[in-house]
Amino acid sequence: MELIDLYAALFLSFFKIGLFGFGGGYAMLPLIQHEVVEQHEWITVADFTDIVAISQTTPGPIAFNSATYIGYSAITEMGYASGYGIIGSAVATLAVSIPSLILMTLVCAFFFRLSNNAWLQASLSVLKPAIIGLIASAALMLMNGNNFTDYKSWIIFGVVLTASVKKVDPILLILLSGMAGLLLYPT
Amino acid sequence: MQRIRKYGELFLVFFRIGAFTFGGGYAMIPLIRNEVVAKKGWLDDNAFMEMLAIAQSVPGPIALNTALFVGNKRLGFRGSLFSAAGIILPSFIVILLIAILFSQFRDNPLVERIFKGIRPAVVALIAAPLLGLGRSAGVNSKNIWIPVVAALTVWLLKVSPVYIVLAAILMGFSHLVYLKKVMKK
Repeated sequence: MELIDLYAALFLSFFKIGLFGFGGGYAMLPLIQHEVVEQHEWITVADFTDIVAISQTTPGPIAFNSATYIGYSAITEMGYASGYGIIGSAVATLAVSIPSLILMTLVCAFFFRLSNNAWLQASLSVLKPAIIGLIASAALMLMNGNNFTDYKSWIIFGVVLTASVKKVDPILLILLSGMAGLLLYPT
Repeated sequence: MQRIRKYGELFLVFFRIGAFTFGGGYAMIPLIRNEVVAKKGWLDDNAFMEMLAIAQSVPGPIALNTALFVGNKRLGFRGSLFSAAGIILPSFIVILLIAILFSQFRDNPLVERIFKGIRPAVVALIAAPLLGLGRSAGVNSKNIWIPVVAALTVWLLKVSPVYIVLAAILMGFSHLVYLKKVMKK
């Protein structure tokens, strides 16, 4: 693919992610995954899971982190030099931010007590439960053979799930499960 | 000069928030409140809560929406550009460095072993808050079918979440139209 087409595709995908990413955070995951793993195949499911892990242990929202990372790797994986990858990174990060910029500017301009608006409340009454379903779909999509290679994966899953429900810090859990990986998978 | 200082201050406050909130999203809210309400006094507590409600209803990362709102209220559209740049840049720099480095040693067997342990943990971290989130999103026995149908269509039928969002908004609107008609009668 031509470089300019790749940039355009990155821009379009991440613009869409910014525009339809209601709820922020994990709620944006299925959308990101649909665009970058299933539609464009810029990265694999395992790579995507790694990005979520990196995102959890570094500052900033997950949408920015994946835009920056995928913008770089989609370009360099196609064989372009890393300088072009940095531009891809900037393109994707800007694209994911522009819908918010436009919408929040409108909100500030017509500050029509949006929080009490009947139409907004009506759409949120269905949107909020639907977003819970979207987060669940993100977890379900990641539960495949790439990420769960054997029974040890399920043990790690069970332990982390329980610990996380009990409010153990996610960064600590990621570090510990990385160590568990080293111990459980000797070469 | 005074104006430039104000833009710089806006940028720096959000740069600091962007640099120190790991995981993003709801983890950033207490930090933002501390900077914007307690330290700078740019918004009072009521305005902050109202802004939060709006930032959550508009698509996009909540941290970005919050930054855009505060920037815009303080110094207009240009202000929102500075606060947005502030919140975006720290993660942009960090992730870009990781992307460049990671591509060098991602096939290293040691790294692969570490990530083999981390991947199922990530899935658990996404699944764990579902119950609590469901409760605060008002999921009950009457509307539990909404998240179930949404999850299954995206997971099994590979439908884009875009259509789920659009369908949910439409359903909310038509329900309101229906309620208004009933009220008239």
